[in-house]
Formats: sequence, C-alpha cells, structure tokens
Amino acid sequence: MKSIRIGTGAGYSGDRIDPAVDLAERGQLDYLVFECLGERTIALAQLARLDNPDHGYEPLLEARMQAVLPACKRNGVKIVTNMGAANPLAAAKATARVARSCGISDLRIAAVTGDDVFEAVCSGDFLIEETGAPVASVRDKLVSANAYMGAAPIAEALAQGADIVIVGRASDPALFLGPALHAFGWQMDDWPRLGRGIVAGHLLECGAQVTGGYFADPGYKDPPHLARLGMPIGEIDEDGTLAVTKLPDTGGEVSRATCTEQLLYEVHDPARYLQPDVVADFSGVTMMEDGPDRIRLAGGSGHPRTGLLKVSLGVQEGWIGEGQISYAGPGARERGQLAADIVAERVRLLGIPCRETRGELIGVNAILGPEPDTPAPREVRMRFAARTDSRADAERIGREVEALYLNGPSGGGGAWRSTRRVIGVLSTLIPEQLVSPRIHMMEV
Amino acid sequence: MRLRELAHSRTGDKGNTSNISVIAYKLEDYPHLARHVSAERIRTCFPGMSIGEIERYELPALGALNFVLHDALAGGVTQSLALDAHGKCIGAAVLDLELPET
Repeated sequence: MKSIRIGTGAGYSGDRIDPAVDLAERGQLDYLVFECLGERTIALAQLARLDNPDHGYEPLLEARMQAVLPACKRNGVKIVTNMGAANPLAAAKATARVARSCGISDLRIAAVTGDDVFEAVCSGDFLIEETGAPVASVRDKLVSANAYMGAAPIAEALAQGADIVIVGRASDPALFLGPALHAFGWQMDDWPRLGRGIVAGHLLECGAQVTGGYFADPGYKDPPHLARLGMPIGEIDEDGTLAVTKLPDTGGEVSRATCTEQLLYEVHDPARYLQPDVVADFSGVTMMEDGPDRIRLAGGSGHPRTGLLKVSLGVQEGWIGEGQISYAGPGARERGQLAADIVAERVRLLGIPCRETRGELIGVNAILGPEPDTPAPREVRMRFAARTDSRADAERIGREVEALYLNGPSGGGGAWRSTRRVIGVLSTLIPEQLVSPRIHMMEV
Repeated sequence: MRLRELAHSRTGDKGNTSNISVIAYKLEDYPHLARHVSAERIRTCFPGMSIGEIERYELPALGALNFVLHDALAGGVTQSLALDAHGKCIGAAVLDLELPET
C-alpha cells in the first residue's frame, strides 16, 4: 500500500533545531513539517508587522531554513510550515533569500494567504464565544483576527509543484493532513479518512511530545537520553492509518504510553475533535506495538465538518508587571508572606491602578493555590504580579518588589522584575465561505 | 494505593479550560480506575484552586479517562497572572489520589 513519511521539525515556535536537521538528513522523509504558531503568537506577529511591513513571521524562520534547506533539497524533502504567522508572503521572500545564500536554486516556494479575516469579523454580526458580546464591541483593542484554515490550500500548493508551503493560521493537524490529501487524493467528504488524517496530525503536531518529551517521571516513566530526544516520524498510508516512530540512535521513546498521552493532549470530547475539514473521532482509536519505538494506530474516524471556521481574535489587554524575591531558612514562608503583604499595601498607598493583582509564594501556593497543612519550606520565592492599563504602571510593580531589598523583611535576595504586554485571545466562528485562501508561488 | 502506581497523566489547555488525561499503565487496571476516579474525586485534588464544571470522558480501548476542567485557569494562558498560566503543572496533582487496593 502506498504511504508517505512525514517528520515533525518543530512543535512550537522556540523548539530545538538540531533534531530537525537530523530528520532532514537521515529520516528518508517525503515531508518535514514545522508547527510554530501558538494561540497568541499571531497577534504578537501582527504587532510586529504593523511596526515593519517586512516583519510579522516566525523569528526563527531564517535559522531553521538555513539549517535544513541543504539536506531537504539534497534528499527531496518538501517543507510545510505555519512560520508565515501574520506575514506568509514576507516569510516566503525571506526563505528565498536563505535559499540563494545557500546556493540553492530550482526551488518553488508557496505562500498561502487568506486567513486574515479582520475586516469580515468587524463588519459582520459575529459573537465572541467566551463572552457572548459582539466582535465589534472589542474593535478598538482588536489586533488580529485569523481563521483556522484547513488542509485543502496546502494540498493545492503541493499540487502546483511547491517544494515549500508557508501558511499563516491553519489548524495544526492540517499541516499534516495537507500532504496526505495531496499524496492520496482523498475526497473532501471522505470523513473516515480525513478523521484518521487528523489523528495522525494531532499525534505529530507537538513534535517530541510523542517521542518522550513532556513525559518523564523518574522511577515511573524513564525515557532515555532526553538531551538527544528524537523528533517523530509518521508513516501514513492511503487508508489514513498511522505508524509513529523516530530515528534509531536518538533519545526518548515511542510507546503506547507516549502516544496515548499525546492523543488526548488538549482534547475535550474525544469523539468530536472539531477541525476545519472534518469532525475527527478519536474514541475508537487503538494502539499496537509494531517494533522498537514504533506504534501503529487503528480505529480513528470522522464525521461531516461543521462548515464553520474558528477565528482567533488577538486583543490588547494592557500590561503585566511582575517582581520576585527569595527568602530562606527558618521563617522563610512567613517573611515571604510579609513581603507579599507589604507590596499589596504599597500598591494601595501609591494608588497604582491595577485591574488585578496576585501575590504568592513559589514553592508553597503559586501553582495549586493555598492548601492546608503544607510543611514549612526551607526556601521560598515571593512573586507579585499585576495587570495594568499602562506600561508605566506595570513597571512600578516590579520596582516595588525590588525595593524590598532595603525596605522589606530580613534576608530578601535575588530580586528580579519584568514588564510585558498582554495579548488576550478570544474566538468566534465564521462561515467557511468567508475565507478565500490564495496561493502565491515564488521561484528561486 | 496511590493512583500514581497504576496510571500516568498529561495536562493540556485551551483558553480557560484544562484537560487532564489519566491513563492506566496496564489495560487490565482500567476498570478499577473507571470505578474509582470520578470527576468529584478529581475535584478533591485541587482544594486550593477555583474550578468550574468537570466532565469525564471514557476511552476503554486505550485504558484512559479524560477529564475536562472548565474555568480552571484564572482566565487562560493569554491573560492570567498565574505563574503557570497554561496549568501544565496541575495534572500531576491527581496522581496523589488514594485508591482502594481492589
């Protein structure tokens, strides 16, 4: 039976690059997929693009392309990626520059646009999923509105001969479904196969999370050599069935345990995993060991798509100011708590306008909240954070924490502060007819 | 016996919702998990957190349960003041659940 081999070269924007090079060189791949676009990354990219029309794509794009292009060209590996972020055209041009600098020619690069639906959601009658308010009500703080596109434009770009396909906002599994559609010519209403293609994409989209990353628990789960973790390889056949594996001599493991954790990662109802192209059904999936570090999946399926596309709305929500300081030895917890109380009172005395504040002790109650009867820690780190409308007010929060050096409880050390912009992400749904993907082909 | 002896777990997030999978190391332990690891018991693992509705989905063929915790992430990764805004750390806390031996 015909099959394709897809490697994952990145599972998030900052992911390791050397395992991707390893895959390009000796993975015997047909495709290498880089998934680099988080929920709010595209809004940050849009802000970068507003500052400079040539920016707004993945900051590590050049580094990644420089690292993998020679091996991909030599081995005939096609690249599919969402590193286009808010500016796929600029990303394609940057990729072309990298190719030329590597002495590579005869390369077709496709940029896919059409996910930007800012005007459509502002002029239409759409409601925000999280709040029920009209999208137009947040227009003055809206930074970006991008629809999650499906796999069809990726398959079309490959059919037009692209060696590299660069999209902006697409569903993550669609980056993997696209090559399968192109290779096997599946119909867009072949719901079981489309559903299995999504199962495959979902298993592979987070990179090493299926090969032993985000998994180890010493004494219980001990994948070997995590510093040399291999990224996954998926073999998808024309029926949509997936086998997951990785390169020999790389760290990590591919097992029922790693694959089951990843299958359910960020999933709500496993029978209804909503995607642009299909409602995927994971509920009947089974897994079989099929060799060392190799798992075969069966039983995935799918149901007709909803006809609606999710749109991710990036919204400016002010700033977060934060400071941290440590205390150790006897009474560490009490001194840390006193420090938090002092900062809270200072914020009140100075009248720093905050939408929300949070004071806590890392090592005591910062993750799981206040629990009864926790033992006295040997050391704690006090953290105070606040959300403000202005950058200047956010900066005052960190400075108040730092001032505890001279003005706070005894033995405060290692103070640190930061100020960052807050981009909230909301969502809405729009009819798929409102999104018109366009393919721009570039040749080097 | 602690749940940790029988099962492992992974946490994911979407907006203000967290999902925590509980997966039996051995398929034959799944019925024991399905009987004793209810949504109500999962809630008791987080006495210091404010969590909305908890749903449970069953995947017997995989030996897994999937818990969906609504309104669990203080507004979600993009706005929350929390140190671990994704809530990626929280799932491990369920492995402390005490289960009957049989």
